[in-house]
Amino acid sequence: MAFRLTQGTFSYLPDLTDEEILKQVEYALNNGWAISIEFTDDPHPRNVYWEMWDLPMFDLKDPAAVLYEIRQCRAAYPNHYIRVNAYDRSYGRQTTALSFIVNRPKDEPGFHVIRQEVRDRQIRYTLHSYATDRPKGERYNG
Amino acid sequence: MTVQQDAQNAEDSLRVEALPNDKLAEAVDLQAIVRETQITEVLDQLDRDLVGLAPVKTKIREIAALLLVDRVRRRLGLTTPPPSLHMSLTGNPGTGKTTVAMRMAEMLHRLGYVRKGHLVAVTRDDLVGQYIGHTAPKTKEVLKRAMGGVLFIDEAYYLYRPENERDYGQEAIEILLQVMENNRDDLVVVLAGYKDKMDRFFQSNPGMRSRIAHHIDFPDYTLDELFEIAKRMLGEQGYRFSPAAENAFRRYLERRMQMPHFANARSVRNALDRARLRQANRLYGLSTCTIADLLTIEAEDILASRVMQEPLGSADADRSRMSVE
Repeated sequence: MAFRLTQGTFSYLPDLTDEEILKQVEYALNNGWAISIEFTDDPHPRNVYWEMWDLPMFDLKDPAAVLYEIRQCRAAYPNHYIRVNAYDRSYGRQTTALSFIVNRPKDEPGFHVIRQEVRDRQIRYTLHSYATDRPKGERYNG
Repeated sequence: MTVQQDAQNAEDSLRVEALPNDKLAEAVDLQAIVRETQITEVLDQLDRDLVGLAPVKTKIREIAALLLVDRVRRRLGLTTPPPSLHMSLTGNPGTGKTTVAMRMAEMLHRLGYVRKGHLVAVTRDDLVGQYIGHTAPKTKEVLKRAMGGVLFIDEAYYLYRPENERDYGQEAIEILLQVMENNRDDLVVVLAGYKDKMDRFFQSNPGMRSRIAHHIDFPDYTLDELFEIAKRMLGEQGYRFSPAAENAFRRYLERRMQMPHFANARSVRNALDRARLRQANRLYGLSTCTIADLLTIEAEDILASRVMQEPLGSADADRSRMSVE
């Protein structure tokens, strides 16, 4: 079975349609959460700092504005992972309340496990994304 | 129900040529939809709250009727491209352009044309940046905030400065045009400003002119209308004119209308604010006063205005007006 990245909310479900994305964003806006869009071509689970697409969006009333930016981002990075984050500031700090993927590369090569043998035959494990073998910007082009 | 949902219901749209005759004769309860949207309420409120402005009200009724018919057509499965509702409101200062834009937002919301019905009012400063690369994000942010509602651009002609060809306003106009065209379902753009300057603005931006379907011109108020506005404003603030003051205020308006920088309803509001100031000052000197005293604006509160004392058209009338307002 082909690899499929599961990060954030809804990632075990089929990809959300644009209407479903609108509804999720609407839910976030109704809760007063600020929305931001991020993208990356390095999907390692410990890579938490994806690149920002434009600025975080405050004071939005309508989810159409977010979909507008998602479409712009998809047009610019059709083969990157793109996610929508919703920040809840009611705790007095930036807290991610909701984060879900809205775009993924057509072909996801996945990860392989690297076993490193250290002292006393101990094994250390780490994950490596096949995609990151190629330089940034060329990772999902074919 | 939103435009999109309505459109979805009608996905298998009927083709006009293919309609059988008995289908054509089917009756629709128009009034039911009128009741459902409570549109009459908004229109009546507009009629009640706004004095005068007959041509504006007619135009708004026409737009409301169009949207209503559109809604019925969509419900019956007749294909209807959503109409373009971007509009330009032109008129002198204080003729009610912002107020009408706010009502328009509410009306469009009731009729399901915009999803949220809020009004985002901006001017050139909110759209145009100060250095290269600053304008696009700034304009886009405003547009995004306005989505689902109405974007009201006051004094829109300042966006275009022909004397400086490197002015960033042009960039803002281009982004605006693009979004007005592509995101027609998401927001309605309302441009407002003085008639002559807006005309020049449209002449130099034909793209903008062709994308704006509705041009509404706001006439100046007559003396009677201004007086009516004044009485309503006072009523809202919990004051009233004494009979002598009514007379005085009419004379005040007659003079004020001929002076420079007359801003219709806004000037009326300012005049009333100053009359309240004088009334308070007059009461301050009394030892006792009644509730009636507190409520009533007397003729002397109005006659003390500088407008009443200066000869009309005197050379320094202009200068003193500036200091009064």
